[in-house]
Amino acid sequence: MTTTTSRAASPVPAAPTGTGSRVTRILGIASLIGVAVLVLYGLRISKEDAQLGETIRILYMHVPTVSAAYLAFVITAVGSVMYLWKRSEFWDLLAASSAEIGVLFFALTILNGMLWGKITWGVFWRWEPRLTTTAVLFLTYLGYLAARAVPTSTRTRGTISAVIGIMAVVNIPIVHKAVDWWRGLHQEKTIFGTVDPDMKGTQLFTAYLGLTVFMLIFAWLLIHRFRVAWLAERANDVGLDAALAERRAEGTADGSANETADGSANETADSSANGPADGSANEPANESADESAGAGLGGAR
Amino acid sequence: MSDWAYILIAWIATFTATGAYALYVIRRGRKLSRIVPPEQRRWM
Repeated sequence: MTTTTSRAASPVPAAPTGTGSRVTRILGIASLIGVAVLVLYGLRISKEDAQLGETIRILYMHVPTVSAAYLAFVITAVGSVMYLWKRSEFWDLLAASSAEIGVLFFALTILNGMLWGKITWGVFWRWEPRLTTTAVLFLTYLGYLAARAVPTSTRTRGTISAVIGIMAVVNIPIVHKAVDWWRGLHQEKTIFGTVDPDMKGTQLFTAYLGLTVFMLIFAWLLIHRFRVAWLAERANDVGLDAALAERRAEGTADGSANETADGSANETADSSANGPADGSANEPANESADESAGAGLGGAR
Repeated sequence: MSDWAYILIAWIATFTATGAYALYVIRRGRKLSRIVPPEQRRWM
């Protein structure tokens, strides 16, 4: 009897205990299978390149991570434009979530590139055009994340970061075309014109497999990261509501305590020696009380 | 170091960093889910 009643009373399924859903589970499983196949092809089945030798295997990581990073930064720019237009929390959080994942993938791109450079050029880093513009792009998005970490109102944070997000994306074509515009060490561009046109057979398959797998990982990460950002905003609201309720409770308690105290000894004391002192003594006390309430609200935000 | 050492560093670093970040995001999501009311965390 009890079971029947509880089933009838709760037709809504229980809320998830995390950021997972059916879509993310499918994406996650597909990503894991993809990673396993990519490892097999990238490190075992794919043949070494006639010119690059075994180092082509680093490019199976380098090209997909930079592609995912570029996509992430473009999504950040689109989200930033949409935020400035619609002023919707969705676009702001989407832009920020995408930027964070983009920074991760871009850092891995730089690391992989440095390892490839050490083998091919003999050094990890050279201040040549592609690498220099890449460093600038990376620092710009680090700045974007730093700007979002500054404690301020949600609207100000969204506006500032949206402006940076739009300005930063302009650097991507510059990084991409740096190998054409200036003479440098970096090889010519290999993405946005498919993969390397000289690739064939298992090399080509592995390159596209890498791109597909990292796009799946990116999509999986973006959904989860967006939901975390969404939850963080809701948690802030919960904290703010709790702080307000606590403050109201304190105010009610203070009011009732003062009412009882006013009715007795204070009335006689105030009119005599404490009269002039009350104003000066109570004002700083009230100010400090206001500040503590403000700090509570600020902390909750 | 041989070429293969650099190749393995690249692959291991990429998947380790991505995996670590994924784990961080998942754990943070679970932690926040405990604070946020159920009606505000229903996903599509």
